[in-house]
Amino acid sequence: MNPAYSVILFTTASGAGYGLLALSGLAAAGHGPASSIGFALACVGVALALITTGLLSSTAHLGRPERFLRAFSQWRSSWLSREGVVAVATYPVALAFLAVWSGLVEAPALIAPLGIATAALCAVTVYCTSMIYRQLTTIPAWANRFTVPGYLLFALATGAGLLSFISVVFGRFQAGAGNFQAFLTLILIFAVIVLKWLYWRWLRRRKPEHSMAAATGLGPGVRQWEVPHTARNFIMKEMGYSVARAHARRLQQIAMLLLDVAFIATFISPKFPWAVAVSAPALLLAAWTERWLFFAQAEHVVQLFYGQEKV
Amino acid sequence: MTTLPAPSAKKLGLVIDLDTCVGCQACATSCKEWNAQGDGGPLTDTDAQGADISGPWFNRIHGYEVREDGRDDSRMVNFPRSCLHCETPACVTVCPTGASYKRAEDGIVLVNPDTCIGCKLCSWACPYGAREYDYTQGVMKKCTLCVDRIYNDNLVEEDRVPACVRACPTGARHFGDLGDERSAVSQLVKERGGFDLLPAMGYKPTNKYLPPRARRETYAAGVAPLPKGDGSVMEKLFSWADKLLSAAPKVEARANPQDNSDKLEG
Repeated sequence: MNPAYSVILFTTASGAGYGLLALSGLAAAGHGPASSIGFALACVGVALALITTGLLSSTAHLGRPERFLRAFSQWRSSWLSREGVVAVATYPVALAFLAVWSGLVEAPALIAPLGIATAALCAVTVYCTSMIYRQLTTIPAWANRFTVPGYLLFALATGAGLLSFISVVFGRFQAGAGNFQAFLTLILIFAVIVLKWLYWRWLRRRKPEHSMAAATGLGPGVRQWEVPHTARNFIMKEMGYSVARAHARRLQQIAMLLLDVAFIATFISPKFPWAVAVSAPALLLAAWTERWLFFAQAEHVVQLFYGQEKV
Repeated sequence: MTTLPAPSAKKLGLVIDLDTCVGCQACATSCKEWNAQGDGGPLTDTDAQGADISGPWFNRIHGYEVREDGRDDSRMVNFPRSCLHCETPACVTVCPTGASYKRAEDGIVLVNPDTCIGCKLCSWACPYGAREYDYTQGVMKKCTLCVDRIYNDNLVEEDRVPACVRACPTGARHFGDLGDERSAVSQLVKERGGFDLLPAMGYKPTNKYLPPRARRETYAAGVAPLPKGDGSVMEKLFSWADKLLSAAPKVEARANPQDNSDKLEG
């Protein structure tokens, strides 16, 4: 599949934003009011900025972005529409949460419910995003059990990296072995590493489900003899993207290396807090690389009509 | 609405005969011509006269070579590919705007070009590559089964079929109600063993393809061997004359250093 930068930026930026927002909500539910207005503003502000950047960049993928309001109408059937609805619904709840968490509005009893509600909306939004890909049986690399946890875990891990960074900036990062934040981040990064390793192994080993024989109904001895058009059409440009597959293995190694760097930096962060300045960007870069590969490695069933024997 | 209607009794669609299709592209060009002026707006090609021509077409004619098991010869099959107007089209349900829809009355799958936002998700959801993006209008385009012809009272009766069916010179394309078992197209599918493309995907296409007929063994046996010579005097004479005449111009030609005729094939 053609890795459109607008969609990659959207899923990685909004994923990190929702992860940060969800973790802020959960932290607030556990700890009560924020230590300072600045800290609360930074957490929720950075999160909403990332989410908004992502959502705006996703409209760059549209042919008619001025009609975007229509995309909220088909939530009964469409995961893309559901994602839009929940993404927008998250804003007022997140702002209400910010108001009580930061202390701008004095209502400590509402911090936990609003924090949990914000986290839940974030989770549902990222889940909807992942289901847009998970539902496409035309793309076996996406229609499998790894896609949903992949999106959720990357959102949480990148969000955790950002939350650690903001905590260090505001002097809220606990020193020593009792640092739960660093511990949680470590677990999330580890989970991401294991999941992506399993996914890439599965992708290498999977047996193709669809063949040119089934696509054309002409039996196993079929091969492409004549192409229907001389220049590449939309279908070939969008679904036939194959540039990255040659470099897939190396890009996988780069993503893994970035995750390892983030893991080590997080591991030493209770002792050297500024290591989070390494782990947070390393996590975001790893997410970007992974998301790019997620698209570039994905093969579409329609390629069977264009000469590919199996998908 | 992108939720699917209850399956309609009437299922309009095409039956495409892979045995008689000659790959002439008449259906594709006729389709382009009709739909470039229809309700969906122009179906524009960019760089139309250049090397990198690009633009939406609703019908693409592939060519496949099929080598049957245990044979050393093969056959060519021309293969028109267009929207199959599926019974359960995921291209419709994924649409976030409601621009994509399946008509409850006859099962035709359409895109409303006035409400489509051009997110391209429907093209990702279609296994058959039936939906193409119109870069000049920023919306998705697809086969309409010529909904603006088949019910059009302004056209004479024989023109009220899809443009591709009307144009096909070999009668390889058939249009009708595949929901009605007694219809001509349903009978044809029954007789000839019409099949679905990618049935395992579960989209339940309405359009059916008729397989190429089994080959007649007189052709399959190959070309009859050339008659062997009888070694007669006349034959030897002709053979000698043939050799002499074939060699002579070659010797002449060699005199010209520019001549490469002996290196040319055929």
